[in-house]
Amino acid sequence: MSGPFSESPSVQSEEHKDYEGSKLGMWLFLFTEIILFGGLFVLYSGYRAKYPNEFHQGGQDLNTVIGVTNTVILLTSSLTMAIAIAAIQRANRKLSIGCLAATILFGAAFLLNKYVEWSGEIRHGIYPNSPQLLEEPHGRQIFFGLYYSMTGLHGLHVLAGIILLSVMLTFLIRKRISSEDFNRLENSGLYWHLVDVIWIFLLPLFYLAA
Amino acid sequence: MSYLEEGGRRGIRGWIFSTDHKRIGILYLASMLFLFFVAVVFGVLMRIEQMTLNPPIFPAQMYNALFTLHGVIMIFMFVLPGLSAIFGNFFLPIMIGARDVAFPRLNLMSWYFFVAGALIILSSLFTGNGPPDTGWTFYAPFSLRSGTNITLGVFGAFILGFSSIFTGLNFITTIHRMRAPGMRWHRMPLFIWALYGTAWVQLLATPIIGITFLLIIAERFFGIGVFDPAKGGDPLLYQHLFWTYSHPAVYIMILPAMGAITEIIPTFARRTVFGYKAIAYSSLGIAFLGSLVWGHHMFTSGMSEVANYAFSLLTFLVAVPSAIKVFNWTATLYKGAIKVDPPMLYALTFIFLFSIGGLTGLMQGALAINAQVHDTYFIVGHFHYVMFGGTGIGFFAALLYWFPKMFGKMYNGKVAVLAWAPIFIGFNMLYFSMLILGYMGMPRRYYTHLPQYHSLHMVATIGSFILVAGLVLFFGNLVVALFKGKKASDNPWGGITLEWKISSPPPLENFDRIPVIETRSYIFNPETSR
Amino acid sequence: MEATNKHLHSIPYRTYITVWLALLALTAILVLAGELFHEALAVWAMLVLTPVKAGLVFFFFMHLKYERTALKALVFMTLGLLVMVIALFFLDISYR
Repeated sequence: MSGPFSESPSVQSEEHKDYEGSKLGMWLFLFTEIILFGGLFVLYSGYRAKYPNEFHQGGQDLNTVIGVTNTVILLTSSLTMAIAIAAIQRANRKLSIGCLAATILFGAAFLLNKYVEWSGEIRHGIYPNSPQLLEEPHGRQIFFGLYYSMTGLHGLHVLAGIILLSVMLTFLIRKRISSEDFNRLENSGLYWHLVDVIWIFLLPLFYLAA
Repeated sequence: MSYLEEGGRRGIRGWIFSTDHKRIGILYLASMLFLFFVAVVFGVLMRIEQMTLNPPIFPAQMYNALFTLHGVIMIFMFVLPGLSAIFGNFFLPIMIGARDVAFPRLNLMSWYFFVAGALIILSSLFTGNGPPDTGWTFYAPFSLRSGTNITLGVFGAFILGFSSIFTGLNFITTIHRMRAPGMRWHRMPLFIWALYGTAWVQLLATPIIGITFLLIIAERFFGIGVFDPAKGGDPLLYQHLFWTYSHPAVYIMILPAMGAITEIIPTFARRTVFGYKAIAYSSLGIAFLGSLVWGHHMFTSGMSEVANYAFSLLTFLVAVPSAIKVFNWTATLYKGAIKVDPPMLYALTFIFLFSIGGLTGLMQGALAINAQVHDTYFIVGHFHYVMFGGTGIGFFAALLYWFPKMFGKMYNGKVAVLAWAPIFIGFNMLYFSMLILGYMGMPRRYYTHLPQYHSLHMVATIGSFILVAGLVLFFGNLVVALFKGKKASDNPWGGITLEWKISSPPPLENFDRIPVIETRSYIFNPETSR
Repeated sequence: MEATNKHLHSIPYRTYITVWLALLALTAILVLAGELFHEALAVWAMLVLTPVKAGLVFFFFMHLKYERTALKALVFMTLGLLVMVIALFFLDISYR
């Protein structure tokens, strides 16, 4: 036919899954998460500039031990996640399952720590709109408002990650993820690593603010 | 078999569960038009209120709800999804030679989120303490305190955001990964470039409003305090976060419309488009620069002078790529064989009305003028010129252009042209009056006004009635054509992009065989093309 | 479009473990900096080391080092945009 195009020979390969495209899609989704938390970082930076002393002091009131422990937990979970993917790539299903299960357990440990941490703070009367906090200086109220919102939103993402990885674990066990097709596990790993990165930034912002 | 006849399941389930990009485009069209007319009704009610002075026909609280919902519905449910959701979904795969988008099921999810968000917002009309009354901008601290259904409204908008984000994600991946062999970036139709720039803004800007709205809800429920002055919060930070999204949002609204115009003009001038690369890159330039100017909504809010100057300068800069497009469209017309068929008539109208909107926007970017016109009807006039005169008319033009392809039927061209007159006249009566009213000092979002503004308000209100009559004629014509229109040919306008090579309406799989592209787009006269 | 799913590059387990150890070490330095250094130096340490930690996760755990240039560019553009937005934002709050 005339005109600016011709027709390709009939190709069967159109039905193939697009691995690179799927990965691109996941990265694009991660960009939205970066911006989502980025907005909160914008707020934090603005208020830190406004209330430097109260933010400094607020950091001292947080439990650095739990904060650092949680950091180590998440960093290690990132390791086990990466190994889980590398393992299935090498068709080592057992190692992959073990590491993925470990990742999920680390995630749960993180949330458990968070529960302990928050309960402690709430018992001490430090929570949004608490009578005690309302008496405190403005900067402290903002510090803890941001603390709860940011670590809370992060915690929700950890929970979502745990659910996602659990689904992946069932796929892995049922051989729906294999060394030929581990795309979904890799993409889930990307999500989990980003959750780790966000915590990497949250740690100094709140716990090492002192 | 066309996509209208076969689509998996039968009946309505074949539509609302379809992952076919063409059906999803139609789903958006139907739901968006319904919501558009709901918002038009609210707008007309506002005009009637301004017509009735002593006493006004509606109570002030109701007026506040009317302008809030008019804005929320028009912006979040009509102009923002806009041409992307309808024509982007329908034509992006076809125009790049693909069978569908990269993630068809995610595409359907996008529409589900759209419907869910819309229903949540509409429910705020009927429940609790009534619809939100803060204006569509939900400024703190009033949005933290208002007893009305703020949380519902804001949550609905939050859900709508996902629709936008997923569409952006889908389109970016589709354009990167699914172009037909030979469809290089610089051979793509310019509508696709526009969709590409838009998709990036959808993807990257929307999460900001997501977090902003979540924070509003967190404040209302938990008293977090980040925007509440009583707890040390700064309401200006709310404005910063809000506008960091909502300004780029207006480029989500206009870029696809500009893209559609860029398709229509060459077709009806039978000229290769002037300055392909300039138009392509200006779409990206607008998307990028447009994300750095948000402070121009806050000149009088108490921002620092340094910020004021910076944002004013950046605002002047962002006018440049838009102006480039206007020059290029005009240059495309030069020495063309111009045929003013209905799509072209509306496309030319777009250029005129958008220019007025753009120029008034530039005026507002100047600090001295802004100090006088901020929060007046001048602003209202400006954004209706760009959003309605721009995106709205662009939407009409695109609809007239692509209707025969989408539905396989041709509408009555004479009626389409006939409808143009009341639309154009009514539009300008309505919104040019607002520009003057604003200059005279009439504030916006007031349910009543001083006597000296009354005659212009009357002109505007009568204009609104004429405009609505035109809209009814315009859409009535298309609805009739849907059922009784003559069968349309595959290429009634002589277009040369890929959608005109396939049947009207398109087959389910778009192409029998994926085409191989050998030249760039828009070559109308190979001997004389530049 | 890829017909198969195979990575062209299989990263050794050892690389991941080394990165993990580096991350732990950097965390330790950060905590100590907060305790031992005076404030300005501690803040600098955090401003420099935290992005390094994040970078390690991006480049190794998330494979960004081994991805196509186009994808790397997109990541940096997104981060760059965030930086620009924060910079403009500070033009307001720093000068009020």
